Amino acid sequence: MLATDKNSTLKQTPLHALHVARGGKMVPFAGYDMPVQYATGVLKEHLHTRTAAGLFDVSHMGQIVLRAKSGKVEDAALALEKLVPMDILALAPSRQRYAQFTNESGGILDDLMVANFGDHLFLVVNAACKAEDEAHLRKHLSDSCIIEPLTDRALIALQGPKAADVLAEFCPEAPDMKFMDAGPHQVNGIACFVSRSGYTGEDGYEISIPNDQAEALTSALLDHPDVLPIGLGARDSLRLEAGMCLYGHDIDTTTTPVEGNLIWSIQKSRRTGGARAGGFFGSEAILAQLDGGASRQRVGLKPEGRAPVREGVLLFADATSTDSIGKVTSGGFGPSISAPIAMGYVPTSHAKDGTTVFAELRGQRMPMTVAPMPFVPNNYKR
Amino acid sequence: MTTLYTEDHEWLQIDGDIVTVGITDFAQSQLGDVVFVELPKIGRALKKAEAAAVVESVKAASDVYAPITGEVVEINDGLAAEPALVNSDAESKAWFFKLKLADKSELDGLMDAEAYKAHSA
Repeated sequence: MLATDKNSTLKQTPLHALHVARGGKMVPFAGYDMPVQYATGVLKEHLHTRTAAGLFDVSHMGQIVLRAKSGKVEDAALALEKLVPMDILALAPSRQRYAQFTNESGGILDDLMVANFGDHLFLVVNAACKAEDEAHLRKHLSDSCIIEPLTDRALIALQGPKAADVLAEFCPEAPDMKFMDAGPHQVNGIACFVSRSGYTGEDGYEISIPNDQAEALTSALLDHPDVLPIGLGARDSLRLEAGMCLYGHDIDTTTTPVEGNLIWSIQKSRRTGGARAGGFFGSEAILAQLDGGASRQRVGLKPEGRAPVREGVLLFADATSTDSIGKVTSGGFGPSISAPIAMGYVPTSHAKDGTTVFAELRGQRMPMTVAPMPFVPNNYKR
Repeated sequence: MTTLYTEDHEWLQIDGDIVTVGITDFAQSQLGDVVFVELPKIGRALKKAEAAAVVESVKAASDVYAPITGEVVEINDGLAAEPALVNSDAESKAWFFKLKLADKSELDGLMDAEAYKAHSA
């Protein structure tokens, strides 16, 4: 009874029936009934994605078109630059880049992908934040832009070393795309948006499909012998190994992009001395941290031994001190390296690779080593 | 030898006053791929319902509670090297620990195989 009542309030993606038919174990996630794993199991799904190709339903994420009223993509780019510390103006047509919406104090409201589709921008945002993101865009950009959420499109990700060969059978130009290329492409004769990107550290694609054709295309891809459906469980372990942030866990409104170790995503033009320095929410705090450093930062952590150290576990400078110095924000087991891995925040004084910190796990202090990320090398086709 | 089951999906094999404890096949199927097992130390006196072991899958950690009161007399060292044994052979090779039974009456409330089958259905 309870489960049924609960499920009735959950939203479904256009691929829900497909997940159920293929044995997906469905769980609530960001308001949607989503597959956490299939009969294959998290471990094998993870490893299959690293060695062949995995297919993920990410239709719960928000897809938003941002179009300048002037009709010029440059105007949409300049408008969006008020909300993100990234250089959007320099983003070439058919290219995509990682960004974060920031707030007045420099905290992160959401992280997103921004693509230049020639005459407009195409944004992909997190499921749990999409309503707030849309409101944020409307509140601050409505004078110059039209904000159009695309609710009639599914989104899937095809990830892994065999993704390019698989997608080539449905979209011959797919292998010619480079990492972070993005634009409209015909896939199996269907008008899709395709980007060569993902959330696994592997080569791969994200494909936006009209709702009414999503199941047919996804089924066709899944019928390929190299492709398995992959649930949210392996999606999480894959992105953790790739050192990528999960919004609401590793980054949130209390962490800045500098503290979140996302400095690489802030282009020079938006930093102090740049052509369009500042001019985004929280720029004062973020530029000050870029210039003078932050007092804490997100780091990779490798627990000694075999026990996974999970989100929320407190970190200490040594085996006996009573005051914690930080917290684990994501942690678990990395199937590809067959060892526990984690990420969390520590004071900058403890952020150097090789530093030992201690996690308090079930009443015991366990040593962990600050380690470079990604934990598994990226496999992008640049 | 008798095998009994708890509502928390543990099995107990009773051999005189030595009780071998593990988790059921149903429990492992719910947990998914097991990657780590933490066992109690030999000699530890466990009280019934006390957290005795931890079993971790890729996704989550779960406590295993002492199904009865007793002293830990043996642990399955094989699980440290091969935690996946919990998935492949939950109700035999992947036993967790052996307890020296303190109070035989604690066995009275446990289920037999048939009752457990109905419970986990």
